[in-house]
Amino acid sequence: MGIPRALLYYEYYPLWKTFFEELGAEVVLSAKTNKKIIESGLTYCVNEACLPVKIFHGAVSDLIGKVDCVFLPRIISVAKREYICPKFSGLPDMIRSSLPNLPPVIDTEIKLRLSDKTLKEAFIYTGKFITDNIAKIIKAYHKALRAHGDFVAKTQKGVLPAQIFDGYRPPQPKGLKIAVVGHIYNLFDSYANNNLFKRLYQNDISVITPETLQTKIIDESADKLNKKLFWSFARKIMGAVIHFTQTKDIDGVMYIMSFGCGIDSFIADLCERKLKRANIPFYLLVIDEHSGEAGLDTRIEAFVDMLKRRKTNDSDLSAHG
Amino acid sequence: MIATFPHMGNIYIMVKTLFDEMGIDYVLPPKCSKKTLEIGAKYSPEMACLPLKINIGNFIESIEKGADTIFITGACGPCRFGYYAEMHREILRDLGYDAEVVALEINEKGLKDLIAKLKKLTGGKKLASLAKPLFKAYKALCMADKIDELSYQTRPLEITKGQTDKVIDDYRNKLLETKSVKETFELMRDTEQRLLNIELERKDTVKVGIVGEIYTLIEPFTNLHIEKILGNMGITAHRSLYISQWIKEHIIKQGLHIKSKKEFAVAAKPYLKTHIGGHALETIGNSVLYARGGYDGVVQIYPLTCMPEIVADGIMPAVRKDYDLPSLTLVMDEITGEAGYLTRIDAFADMLIRRKQLREEKKKNEVLLLRH
Repeated sequence: MGIPRALLYYEYYPLWKTFFEELGAEVVLSAKTNKKIIESGLTYCVNEACLPVKIFHGAVSDLIGKVDCVFLPRIISVAKREYICPKFSGLPDMIRSSLPNLPPVIDTEIKLRLSDKTLKEAFIYTGKFITDNIAKIIKAYHKALRAHGDFVAKTQKGVLPAQIFDGYRPPQPKGLKIAVVGHIYNLFDSYANNNLFKRLYQNDISVITPETLQTKIIDESADKLNKKLFWSFARKIMGAVIHFTQTKDIDGVMYIMSFGCGIDSFIADLCERKLKRANIPFYLLVIDEHSGEAGLDTRIEAFVDMLKRRKTNDSDLSAHG
Repeated sequence: MIATFPHMGNIYIMVKTLFDEMGIDYVLPPKCSKKTLEIGAKYSPEMACLPLKINIGNFIESIEKGADTIFITGACGPCRFGYYAEMHREILRDLGYDAEVVALEINEKGLKDLIAKLKKLTGGKKLASLAKPLFKAYKALCMADKIDELSYQTRPLEITKGQTDKVIDDYRNKLLETKSVKETFELMRDTEQRLLNIELERKDTVKVGIVGEIYTLIEPFTNLHIEKILGNMGITAHRSLYISQWIKEHIIKQGLHIKSKKEFAVAAKPYLKTHIGGHALETIGNSVLYARGGYDGVVQIYPLTCMPEIVADGIMPAVRKDYDLPSLTLVMDEITGEAGYLTRIDAFADMLIRRKQLREEKKKNEVLLLRH
């Protein structure tokens, strides 16, 4: 069973892996994002798409020839009355139309917008590709949910996916503390964001992300919005940012956005407006397939320097020029 | 209250009729122009989609002319349009404008919220008082769309070039001046007649279907008025979406629980299995239908970073291959180097004309061969 190491891999990998392994399938991951993956993503994917979707194309192409089938769920919504980015709903179709020699695809539809009861059915549908033993599938389903719950609990205790996936060690909490927000696949794909966490950690900066906040906090803050945000992941980011504007216990917020991301184009802007009113420094880091390392370094350094000066000098530099 | 609203193709004809009929004070936003876009692009997030930027331009131009309440429609995802009103409000607030943004939509607050907002329109009167004006407004919109459609047919066939353009320009100018609904209707009936009177050639033209994101399809400012460009090259353009048709399918039929025939969804099925928001399913489905209907090509138009259309764009190669259907994708944003687009449209049109000629020659040769 091939799973592309891209997009929602960073959110659901423990869930998927446990499920398939319980059913007796061998899980094969695509290689960690690298130059080759990005290049083949660029070859196969439509130009206008964002970097993560291109990486996804590259990751699937990396699996071709190595696996018997690929798991490409059609994820339309992951919570009641919410959606995620529309690109996810069309992802299996995009892949089918552009990648040659594709092995069989499992494109389970995950649509929890109207009712979350359909989740179990989706798992049974998926499991049936591997075994006819329904009892076994249901057992694997429960075990997978537990694995996912453990993963979420671990991150909410402050262990970032960057530590879990890349083994980074955070510094002692004595320097600056910033929040890094954005879509999970931009935050934790260390190739796409040029080892952002490593760089921040090297600078003795402690980092929190929306993933480390309790679900309750996010929900309470997100409910303060005038209109409910119908994109699940955006709602999480926004909830976290609203929470920061009240607690003010961080030195700054860094938003990682991929070039051309439709949702981030709105959410990053709304976050900036809210943080500006709360006088919290905000930095928008836009990544794309042309990100030169030096350029990113300079930008991160400039932001960090500004934060340091702001903290040590009592002059309280303006957060926004 | 001095109301205003954003432009989107013929929508202004409908809203103007509605406001005229109800006696509401309003500011008709100036026609979308380079200036509108410049204002919008300056104050909107850089990577927001084009319609949002033009909306902001429309609003600021209207506010400067005295408007204080903005009426727009809304939705609840997954396309970005669902969060437009919130963006509008935040942007205008930070710019120091205190105009109220009223989003007419059914959201998580339920029907009550919508009714309260509609009461703003009626000035506290019963909602039933909206029915007749709305009906008239919808009728005006249908007529306006019919005129557009007619002009797309006459333009490539007219014997004296430029006649259609003349009639349409005249009609558009006069439309801004009409003071009553009666005048508007008279003008439209007259225009329709004038279009029908244009003398036409009898010939088989190259036919092109226009698909893509609804705003860029409907607002001529954002698509360089592509039907007109193609028409003046002697190509018949057929637009896949009209706003009156959209209202009929999504509001009237859904409101009355009438099941609509969704041919495009069936046609799109082998390529895109579900609705993914925006008009991606329509884009794919209508392209297939155009191909089956013997069209010579399709043009897909969408705003830069439009999420659903990017998916459709990614799937188009498969349709193109299966049906041997040439397609041209135009992605629009505020950097509209018009000449660049025109060159591409020109090249595409030339290719289609040449393909048709070759096909006809081949057919002729086959007939000749058969005779011998």
